[in-house]
Amino acid sequence: MPDAPPLSIFRLMSAGTVHRSSITPVVNGQPKAMAAGSTVADLLREFQLDPHLVVVEYNRTILRDRTTYAAQLLASGDTIEIVHFVGGG
Amino acid sequence: MTTVVAPALDSPLVMGGREFHSRLLVGTGKYATNDDMTRAIQASGAEIVTVAVRRVNLQRSNDESILHHLDPARYFLLANTAGCYTADDAVRYARLGRAAGFNEWVKLEVIGDPQTLLPDTTGLLDATRTLAADGFKVLAYTNDDLITALRLEDAGAACVMPLASPIGSGLGLLNPFSIRTIKSRLTVPVIVDAGVGTASDACVTMEQGVDGILMNTALAAAADPVRMATAMRLAVEAGRLAYLAGRMPRREIAVPSSPTAGMLE
Repeated sequence: MPDAPPLSIFRLMSAGTVHRSSITPVVNGQPKAMAAGSTVADLLREFQLDPHLVVVEYNRTILRDRTTYAAQLLASGDTIEIVHFVGGG
Repeated sequence: MTTVVAPALDSPLVMGGREFHSRLLVGTGKYATNDDMTRAIQASGAEIVTVAVRRVNLQRSNDESILHHLDPARYFLLANTAGCYTADDAVRYARLGRAAGFNEWVKLEVIGDPQTLLPDTTGLLDATRTLAADGFKVLAYTNDDLITALRLEDAGAACVMPLASPIGSGLGLLNPFSIRTIKSRLTVPVIVDAGVGTASDACVTMEQGVDGILMNTALAAAADPVRMATAMRLAVEAGRLAYLAGRMPRREIAVPSSPTAGMLE
């Protein structure tokens, strides 16, 4: 069985649009493996979170407009915080 | 059952351009059950209810949001920055709370010490300036120091919230003089936040002339939160009315209440 070609070949073949099978953004402090091309909306769907009950901070920027969730792509190295209201004084 | 004192006896609390008819604000933390919380809040008659901003626990189901138990159409949700130890963190939490989409109000806490939970007043002033410039209505939790209170008002706070005693202590109003002094010198509303333990504490606090009280643990940690919430509602109203009524002067001698004339020979 021949050796698999080095990854660099695929990088060259994809000519700038690198596709890997998965990404691992850090979500609420934990690495989260997701399919490449996933968005903030996908992330909320995966955790079964109602977008109207949470607030998302993407790389320290709050996504105040929830209609941007479906367009905001995630990547490895991204830091996502998902917060909500809990009991407090 | 109405929880509002007749308008002829009191005027609304006006703060941040809004009118409120309850002078009791309550927190939502530390209740044994969500049912205890919702029933106690209802019994308190509060309109303004504080909530905290925290990470969603992604290992659990999503039913832990407080919004499953509090109707935002019924209560005015006031996000806090509890747990923040720097101005930058408090500003970040305030903006996250605003992004929830209910209002631009924040109960601002910048804590300086974990043992006493006393405020870091330098950080508090910085965060108040930043948030007021960003359009927030800032309700600033502070200590009972007049100078800090004056500076918070200058910094743009919509309300100054001096403590009665440390958060969660239940020690009651430790310095009525300081609270009266702050109230007499500020233009914005003064709401005492933290330290009230039982109904008499609330009543005495309102008798100082402040505009309201915010409490959490006094209700949540009572053996019967619904009864205590009812007691607090009545105590806040009683203290407010007693203040407005104007108490009699204190005298260190007895003065008879019945006529001294007309006694039998």
